[in-house]
Amino acid sequence: MPDSTDSANAPSAGRIGPDDVAHLAHLARLAVTDEELHTFAGQLDVILGAVARVGEVAAADIPPTSHAVPMTNVFRADEVRPSLPRDAVLAGAPAVEDDKFRVPRILSEEA
Amino acid sequence: MDELIRLTAADTAAKIATGEVSAVEVAQAHLDRIDAVDGALHAFLHVDADGAIAAAKAVDAKRAAGEALSPLAGVPLAMKDVVVTKDLPTTCGSKILQGWRPPYDATITRRIKDAGVVMLGKTNMDEFAMGSSTENSAYGPTHNPWDLSRIPGGSSGGSSAAVAGFEAPLAIGTDTGGSIRQPAAVTGIVGHKPTYGAVSRYGLIAFSSSLDQAGPFGRTVLDTALLHEVIAGHDPCDSTSIPQPVAPVVAAAREGARSDLSGVRVGVVRELSGPGYQSGVLASFDAAVQTLRSLGAEVVEVSCPHFEYALAAYYLIAPSECSSNLARFDAVRYGLRVGDDGVNSLEDVMSLTREAGFGPEVKRRIIIGTYALSSGYYDAYYGQAQKVRTLIVRDFTAAFEQADVLVSPTSPFVAFGIGERVADPMAMYVNDLCTLPASLAGTPAISVPCGLSEGLPVGLQIMAPALADDRCYRVAAAFEAAVPALTPPELS
Repeated sequence: MPDSTDSANAPSAGRIGPDDVAHLAHLARLAVTDEELHTFAGQLDVILGAVARVGEVAAADIPPTSHAVPMTNVFRADEVRPSLPRDAVLAGAPAVEDDKFRVPRILSEEA
Repeated sequence: MDELIRLTAADTAAKIATGEVSAVEVAQAHLDRIDAVDGALHAFLHVDADGAIAAAKAVDAKRAAGEALSPLAGVPLAMKDVVVTKDLPTTCGSKILQGWRPPYDATITRRIKDAGVVMLGKTNMDEFAMGSSTENSAYGPTHNPWDLSRIPGGSSGGSSAAVAGFEAPLAIGTDTGGSIRQPAAVTGIVGHKPTYGAVSRYGLIAFSSSLDQAGPFGRTVLDTALLHEVIAGHDPCDSTSIPQPVAPVVAAAREGARSDLSGVRVGVVRELSGPGYQSGVLASFDAAVQTLRSLGAEVVEVSCPHFEYALAAYYLIAPSECSSNLARFDAVRYGLRVGDDGVNSLEDVMSLTREAGFGPEVKRRIIIGTYALSSGYYDAYYGQAQKVRTLIVRDFTAAFEQADVLVSPTSPFVAFGIGERVADPMAMYVNDLCTLPASLAGTPAISVPCGLSEGLPVGLQIMAPALADDRCYRVAAAFEAAVPALTPPELS
């Protein structure tokens, strides 16, 4: 989730430029090419213009529906059970070391 | 063995049960058909010939041993690649999962295996089920058996093309905004989106969790119902699964096929027709309503004034949930990793991997969802969309006080040409105009063929209240029995 500083950087409603797309793509951890920035900016402007209609009808007193079917928490007994074998889980990983997922470094040089 | 591929699933199962044909012969006939035509259709991403023959042999052995067979034992099925299958490739139509073999079976995969249904392979789809044409697959589009230059619908277009093209009598699809019903309509087959929560989502790669629903495809209403009963039912592994008995859909399909529709009130939804709909589609739909009337149904017009906002609400809710769900593709636990050179940080590797692994439609929706959920916009977009959903649920509730089922065309258009709408997302999104209300409300809906326009299939959508899936099947079966069956032209 974006933190509170993101709202200051967030694009203004109805006008999405390439810089706004770059910011959103960064929040989504998505590298994008310059060409994509321009294509998406135009398309997002059109799409968001079209979907903004949701604001026309839903009055303040209408409760939101997150799931069409009423949902309740589902619990199960807290029992120890076998999980998937470690080898089976690691088999699909892009990099493995010492029976663990190997990840690229997390801290930058300066940190 | 051309006649074996043209049998219904019900007839195939009956012939296997009596020993008239073996499950292995049936599986081989379909594998031969796939060999012959899938080069042109590209319905399959992965064919599991060895697994299919082994599963068929197990059914034949069971029969030889005198054991009881389940109703679809030995019948072949095509599985949408969004459903995880243990040790079989599962890509969800995406490069980011190329070569991935899941370590477990989805609940519906397990139920299909347990029922002796023979899985032929995995079918093509729009990447992560985002699309209405199967053109967003990272592995190339699927072609419509009615006209190879046209789309087979989406996102379950591989599954619908496999069934329409006689590669399999049955298939599994998933429907988030219409991705079972719309491909069924444009390929001239039957497809049902069950009540949300009626079929387990455990092991379905998530797109929009509050909307995603797996369901069956078949060439007849009864076949579709038979598969529905195999996959439906409560699953403790899915917290959104409804702990209630499955609606008696097979009995409803059988009853519908032999009875008229006296006493059934059918509501025609005023808002799901008119400008923007192809005239040939509207003509087929009007003829279908006449057929329902001639079967004894009482036809009334109902108004659902908020349905016109369904498209807007859907294209906020689905991207928002997708931007959250697809965060799991982080280049750590499975799938692709790009840029891991010892210099790039984890965050850079994540961004580079997602850039290389996701196609344009997925990126577009992730960015829209990130925007709609971001601080300052959440209330105006996602929050408002959830309120519109409430209004659509209320429209359905009011309409079902006046009618037992609601009907509309399934899609405003017949299948369009491959490549025709790729550059214009909004033109693509309106494909799902008629199917979105039932998706947002979680109600069941079926598409059944109702004629041709421009030589291409048109679908009739029949919607029912939540958990009354059997009503869809009953009305669809009565309708099917009253109209001529559609058969696509021969594929060379």
